[in-house]
Amino acid sequence: MKRYDLIIVGAGPSGLSAAVEAAKRGLKVVVFDENEKPGGQLFKQIHKFFGSKEHRAKVRGFVIGQQLLEEADKEGVEVVLNATVIGLYQDHEVVVKLGDEVVHFKGDAIVIATGAAENMVTFEGWTLPGVIGAGAAQTMMNLHGIKPGKKILMLGSGNVGLVVSFQLMQCGCDVVALVDAAPRVGGYGVHAAKVARTGVPFYLSHTIVKAEGETEVTGVTIAEVDDRFQFIPGTEKHFDVDTICLAVGLSPMSQLLKMAGAKMEDNPRKGGQVPVCDEYGRTSLPGVFVAGDVSGIEEASSAMIEGRMAGIVAAEYLGYMEETDLDHQLKELDDALDGLRQGMFAPKNRGKAIETTEEGIEISKNLLKHGFVSDEEIERFPGVTHRVGVHPVMECTQNIPCNPCQDACKKGCISIGSNITSLPIVVEGSECINCGMCVASCSGQAIFLVDEDLGDGFASVTLPYEFLPLPEIGTKGKGLGRDGKVVCEAEVIQVRDVKAFDKTSLLTIKVPKEYAMKARFFQAV
Amino acid sequence: MEESRIENHPILGEMEKGEKVAFLFDGKEVYGYEGEPIAAALKAQGLMVHRYTKKEHKPRGIFCAIGRCTDCVMVVDGVPNVRTCITPLKAGMDVKTQYGVSDKPFEEQ
Repeated sequence: MKRYDLIIVGAGPSGLSAAVEAAKRGLKVVVFDENEKPGGQLFKQIHKFFGSKEHRAKVRGFVIGQQLLEEADKEGVEVVLNATVIGLYQDHEVVVKLGDEVVHFKGDAIVIATGAAENMVTFEGWTLPGVIGAGAAQTMMNLHGIKPGKKILMLGSGNVGLVVSFQLMQCGCDVVALVDAAPRVGGYGVHAAKVARTGVPFYLSHTIVKAEGETEVTGVTIAEVDDRFQFIPGTEKHFDVDTICLAVGLSPMSQLLKMAGAKMEDNPRKGGQVPVCDEYGRTSLPGVFVAGDVSGIEEASSAMIEGRMAGIVAAEYLGYMEETDLDHQLKELDDALDGLRQGMFAPKNRGKAIETTEEGIEISKNLLKHGFVSDEEIERFPGVTHRVGVHPVMECTQNIPCNPCQDACKKGCISIGSNITSLPIVVEGSECINCGMCVASCSGQAIFLVDEDLGDGFASVTLPYEFLPLPEIGTKGKGLGRDGKVVCEAEVIQVRDVKAFDKTSLLTIKVPKEYAMKARFFQAV
Repeated sequence: MEESRIENHPILGEMEKGEKVAFLFDGKEVYGYEGEPIAAALKAQGLMVHRYTKKEHKPRGIFCAIGRCTDCVMVVDGVPNVRTCITPLKAGMDVKTQYGVSDKPFEEQ
């Protein structure tokens, strides 16, 4: 039986991070993954990540995946692909299916980083071809270059539902509606707003009645639900679609731990059945550690930190480092993880209805109900100010752990301060030079550069644009409001697309000046 | 070619593809790119139904696309229950709709 110091199950963000830290400390590490390629779900994430510099914020997920693989390679981590771990037995015996062979391995320590599986909901017709998981949509479009459908209805308004809806539009699909049985949008408001402003209608307190079609999906009926999630008769709405995409949450894939006899718990705030573990992933079984979604659903940035922690504590467990060094080495990671676990969407706030921001500002009700902040509501947020000349308008209205905008502005116009979840403010007396870095750096695409009066009755609005075709200067079209409805005529007067913007193009449109604070998207006609 | 292929992506640019190869779908010659999942090649041409269930003869297609749900299994080169979403396409593959666990339609079974 082949022996390793550390066997890691899962080559996703947490497993690879654990491998890197353990290998750095001299452990002989192997990572098994059932997939053909490493990286877990990172290579399907094409949006810019949230967080701070130390979390690799504003870097797109697939780029983080490439960096992580390079790091693992440099440290000499062995990654075995097409290797399905089918058993975790006593004394750290790991049984792996390699092709048609079943092979036994022994690890002095084990890190389980198996991630999560998508949840599903059932409704009439849910088994029809054309009903797919949101993960399937991401796999098809972002890995294999195939559009998941032409006209798509998305069920689920959590971050996955919102992000995947946007990605579907980026690859040329038409998202006809975003539906959620919950009464409030579940994901980040900025993700919702960037979808809503393109014209996708949100139906909260609605869910799917049935998928229609004989051999494949040809349509869908949704209806409103009451506060006990029962359909309200007479509220049915029909859409012609060929695809229904389900984004209804994730469940930890913790079966191996249960099999090995680790102490488990059912914890709804962690997404289901998870191993009982301490803050660094030590389970009830000596030498068996966990990291990432398997120990509680969060996201890739925190999974990577948890992975690093697990790799370090595994090294210490095996005597590859002094116990006295442990606290010191974990401290930085503790702080980084703590930073990500702040704000309205922190694990500790899951399920709570938050009414005001940390600053004491009332949360936009329209945002939670319809996916966009209304024209009236937007004025109360500190990133939204009025002044002469070009200036940033930051439509960031919820406390989320994210601050690249503050670093992006070399002129010091934008401040978040030391509390990473604070809403950005426009610094008094600062001078905006219209460089556009803030617009491109905002992972939530919530920053606009506005010149409210060009002097000829018009205003200019610069907005982030990640679609093709990229309109050219002189293109005439419509200005869309935050709600995605046409508000005015608009003409493209500048298009910026430089390397530092990392594929986020900046479109500057000219609109009648009364629409300076209303027009937030451009639609060519 | 097929309209469901993403030719150019605003973030990912041009999608890398393998060599264009011919394969058989229910005996008919069709095309895909070597190395992409069989399911992707079928989806690109709008082919949605991969199999019919054994008891109720209900259609099934791609659902999870990561080899977990087994909804997309087909008969490939004579072998039933092949997960087409994670099986790379090769030139000349013989891919057939699966009826129950057979490539023969139910009325011929």
